[in-house]
Amino acid sequence: MPGEPKPTVGLFVTCLVDAIRPQIGFAALQLLQEAGCEVEVPQAQTCCGQPALNSGDDRDAAHLARQTIAAFEGYDYVVLPSGSCAATMVHGYPDLLAGDPDWAARARAMAAKTHEITSFLYDIMGYAPRGQRLHASATYHDSCSGLRDLGIAAQPRALLAQVEGLELRGLPGNDVCCGFGGTFCVKYSAISNAIVTEKAEAIEGTGADILLAGDLGCLMNMAGKLHRRGAKTRCFHTVEVLAGQADGPAIGEDAP
Amino acid sequence: MTAPLKAPFKARAAAALADPVLKIAIDRTTGNAERKRAAALAAFPEYESARARGQAIKDHVTAHLGHYLELFERNATARGAQVHWASDDAQARAIVTRICLAADAKLVTRAKSMLGEEIGLPHALADAGIERVETDLAEHIIQLAGEAPSHIIWPAMHRTREQVAQLFKAGHQPPPAAEDPATMVQSARRVLREKFLSADIGISGANFLVADTGATCTVTNEGNAELTTTPPRIHIVTAGIEKLVPSTAHAFALLRLLVRSATGGEMTQYTTFHAGPKRPGDADGPEEMHIVLVDNGRTTMLGDEFREMLRCIRCGACMNHCVVYRQIGGHAYGGTYPGPMGSVLTPVLDGLAASRDLPHACTMNGRCAEVCPVGIPLPTLLRAWRRRSWREGLEPAPTRAGIGLWAQLARRPRLYRLATRIGLPVLRLFGRGGWISRLPLAGGWTDHRDLPRPAARSFMDEYRARQRPRQ
Repeated sequence: MPGEPKPTVGLFVTCLVDAIRPQIGFAALQLLQEAGCEVEVPQAQTCCGQPALNSGDDRDAAHLARQTIAAFEGYDYVVLPSGSCAATMVHGYPDLLAGDPDWAARARAMAAKTHEITSFLYDIMGYAPRGQRLHASATYHDSCSGLRDLGIAAQPRALLAQVEGLELRGLPGNDVCCGFGGTFCVKYSAISNAIVTEKAEAIEGTGADILLAGDLGCLMNMAGKLHRRGAKTRCFHTVEVLAGQADGPAIGEDAP
Repeated sequence: MTAPLKAPFKARAAAALADPVLKIAIDRTTGNAERKRAAALAAFPEYESARARGQAIKDHVTAHLGHYLELFERNATARGAQVHWASDDAQARAIVTRICLAADAKLVTRAKSMLGEEIGLPHALADAGIERVETDLAEHIIQLAGEAPSHIIWPAMHRTREQVAQLFKAGHQPPPAAEDPATMVQSARRVLREKFLSADIGISGANFLVADTGATCTVTNEGNAELTTTPPRIHIVTAGIEKLVPSTAHAFALLRLLVRSATGGEMTQYTTFHAGPKRPGDADGPEEMHIVLVDNGRTTMLGDEFREMLRCIRCGACMNHCVVYRQIGGHAYGGTYPGPMGSVLTPVLDGLAASRDLPHACTMNGRCAEVCPVGIPLPTLLRAWRRRSWREGLEPAPTRAGIGLWAQLARRPRLYRLATRIGLPVLRLFGRGGWISRLPLAGGWTDHRDLPRPAARSFMDEYRARQRPRQ
């Protein structure tokens, strides 16, 4: 659409992607640009505050909420490659700051324009990847926050269906938690282990080459368990496949 | 009162995780429950509107609790029942025990009631020297085993069929002739039948307290509640005040949700409204009916952030769909009520200091709220307990220090960048290939799974490096 101004998008890569797997951030950047957005990556971003929020530390969570709102509220949209961090901004921030007269309206305004990336690409931008090919079988895990707090289920599947050669296999218990739960997985590691063990068995049972999900936290948990079990399943974030990066190293594979 | 939390939560959970038979039992029951509920809802297209109505009924009663309590008391009294008020578990136990002793009761039959467990009635009756016979089949099993319920609908769900056969063999005189379910049930019927007919007092709970009729309602699939409450001279009902509904029609609106969510049935086999004692001319029924209305923390919840929990109709769907419950079962929770609803209620009943693990032992995946037939936002309520625990200083020092340090960094983006620039290469030293399999202070992760080795350079640094040549 020449002449029409491109929507501006502030990309929040999330703290896990920043430290563990930058490829996901670059894949998101690429897809947003292909979808016709003017993308910026504000330098003032760190973490959305979810660990504090889920630990009951509302003071620190509110501080991070205000910091993030200040850094991102100038864009048309705020997009994240994570359902749980997006849900923190969409639902958590307005709740946290509801009683703060200076910030309540700003939190609500920001929540209204914040999106998880696959839902943003599909629902808002009407984007479909073109010319992506990947001859492999994959299975998809629905991460809980994205699924239940934001209604993300059809969008990633619709986008993945555009990848030529990719066979998407159903995962039994695809909507059952993987046992990550943020700090839960280390605070109650034995329970978390029992949960992720069942998840890994279900993933292995599909016989798929690749596991896909939309949240790096869940992916690290499942990939780490699959690797410990000696499974050969390769794990990627959905956007990596959509951006044509699945020919590179999967999570836990060393860069060549 | 619930059983004191003997071992710490993590020790109880570890014991449960180490029990392979328990896992088989949990998977059988919760798996069945999940499938049957899904099938029942698939055949109930008006579920969402029924759910909204159920929630509205509960919220209406909660908002006008005083009015409906008075109405219920007036109508129940008019029908000849005696209404007693207990502000806490100790008062409730004292009232029931007093009624039993005044009647010189030697044998009491009891139909399953989680409120009875909540107020510690089994122990109180034992302390008063009164023989108590549990008449619900599952309660009969756990009475033989000397255990507490592990689920609010299937109290003995932690026991496999095979284990039950052993318990009956040891506990029934004469023992059942065979181990098939039909023979075992027959044996239990024979043992219980004598007790039904010789009991001095029958004690039940109530699924609903109907304000405009003064009746109490019990639902069962075994008919044991009717045999518990009808033949003895005295019927005592113990019920939480949140069980109130305005009318019988409202009770049925909630019953449609309760039965489908609990067992996947459309209706319970036995649904009985107990409206006062035997009237002149009645063929049977108790001579006295006592209704003990128990607060035990409920009016406190009315005024705080846990108010929505008063909607709970005790269907058990939240625990059937909980990934944590399905690994550790009910006993590991240590309170009367297990699973997500128990993790909200146990801190109310036993105090947060004794139960702070429960609201934390949750992945916040939200499936419990999704299946709740009255729309209780369970993860939000669990987070409210976490907030209180943090505010009251109950969180362990390492947790506070860890979150505090991380927050100090996250609140300073430049310092945070510097920390990742220094930290990531250090972390990478622990890796072999693309994985870290052992990391000091991170045993919670690496004891069970490998950690993907972090990037050499963070996204933010890499992004800036890629931008630079263009500027």
